[in-house]
Amino acid sequence: MAKHHVTTTINGDPAEFLCETRQTLLDCLRDELGLTGSKEGCASGDCGACSVMLNGTLVCACLVLGVEAEGATIETIEGVAQGEALHPLQKHFLEEAALQCGVCTPGFIVAAKALLEHNPDPTETEARYWLAGNLCRCTGYDKIIKAVMNAAAEMRGA
Amino acid sequence: MSEIQFATPNTVKEAVKCLAAAKGKARVLAGGTDLLVQLRAGFVNPGLIVDIKHIPELRQVKREDGGFRVGAAVAGAELGANAAVKKAWPGVVEGLELIGSTQIQGRASLGGNLCNGSPAADGVPGLIAAGATCRIAGPKGTREAKVEDVVSGPGKTTLKPGEFVVSFFLPKRSKRSGDAYLRLIPRTEMDIAVVGAAVSLTLDAKGVCSDARVALGAVAPKAVLVKAAGKALVGTRVDDDALEAMAAACRAACKPIDDKRGTVEYRTKVAGVLAQRAARIALARAQGE
Repeated sequence: MAKHHVTTTINGDPAEFLCETRQTLLDCLRDELGLTGSKEGCASGDCGACSVMLNGTLVCACLVLGVEAEGATIETIEGVAQGEALHPLQKHFLEEAALQCGVCTPGFIVAAKALLEHNPDPTETEARYWLAGNLCRCTGYDKIIKAVMNAAAEMRGA
Repeated sequence: MSEIQFATPNTVKEAVKCLAAAKGKARVLAGGTDLLVQLRAGFVNPGLIVDIKHIPELRQVKREDGGFRVGAAVAGAELGANAAVKKAWPGVVEGLELIGSTQIQGRASLGGNLCNGSPAADGVPGLIAAGATCRIAGPKGTREAKVEDVVSGPGKTTLKPGEFVVSFFLPKRSKRSGDAYLRLIPRTEMDIAVVGAAVSLTLDAKGVCSDARVALGAVAPKAVLVKAAGKALVGTRVDDDALEAMAAACRAACKPIDDKRGTVEYRTKVAGVLAQRAARIALARAQGE
């Protein structure tokens, strides 16, 4: 069978790739398009390292087929910074040292960005529940949550 | 590894045709949160994947006969954002919303949660307690089935080859009704139910229970409707004695497995406790608290 020709929009730009049915969106982003910011941790939807936005909804790219991206709008970690200007979340992750090995970081940033778009003023509990699907094995989460809360405050102009 | 064909039908009729042509070699894709894991692990090796999310009625939530028709591919987060459904059937919605993380909620569907056939599916006891039915399409046309009749055992359904679930019907809510779902997990989030319990009840004008349905998850090969437990509440004010009789009926209906997450004794005891707690919440909701 011929491969699927998928036409999609990634971080605002038109993109196309060829894939087989069994390739996940994560496989396609990383292996077909060279967008290696989204990480593969568990490949079963447990760790959130591959978090991306699919048509405005936060999903694990490892649980989406590449072919499902046809006609979709996708946002990945590569689209979070504007050129050299880091997003407040990225800035506060650096300031709070909210990462060590960094494998979970792109997923946390994408998921936290989705949280703040959905709820600009989350409580710490809300932030922890929202991010429960993003696992970090290095930091113990406190620094991550602090970075998210600080970024939220900055973005609200508080 | 063989190649997999992929189809995106736009109508139920087209989907039925795709599934029939695949002669049992097809898998239905809704949110994919179970299918993609099974695919990668090699548990399933379909010749065809049929993505049903392009069929409008699979994605819609609509009012029907005073109740709601919920598309089988509606994701947890979508149903959770529907204030009208949440108000009428909070127990159904809270069950579905307990499944997985924010990321999973963006994709995981009620139809998928049912058809995956897990005995511990959090979305299912609430539907059973609600008396929900589902519309099933197949080569011989469309039929309606009670939710409790769709799963036959772990990972197995009573769907015939080529059939798939199109939508669920949540019936009209009577006045003074409430439902609730609770599960026990050793963590606060992101876990599989050790026991799940759903209760839906209706009170008459005097506050006496006139109708009740109780369903349990994770204590048998499939989620079960415990008729005797519902019966124990009817005609009572859902007082402590009635709740204890209901709990006893729940314990009697348990046929759980022993595993690292819970022993037979533990699951059986907890089933009664959780059902009581869920009944108290359902009662408070029915009383408008």
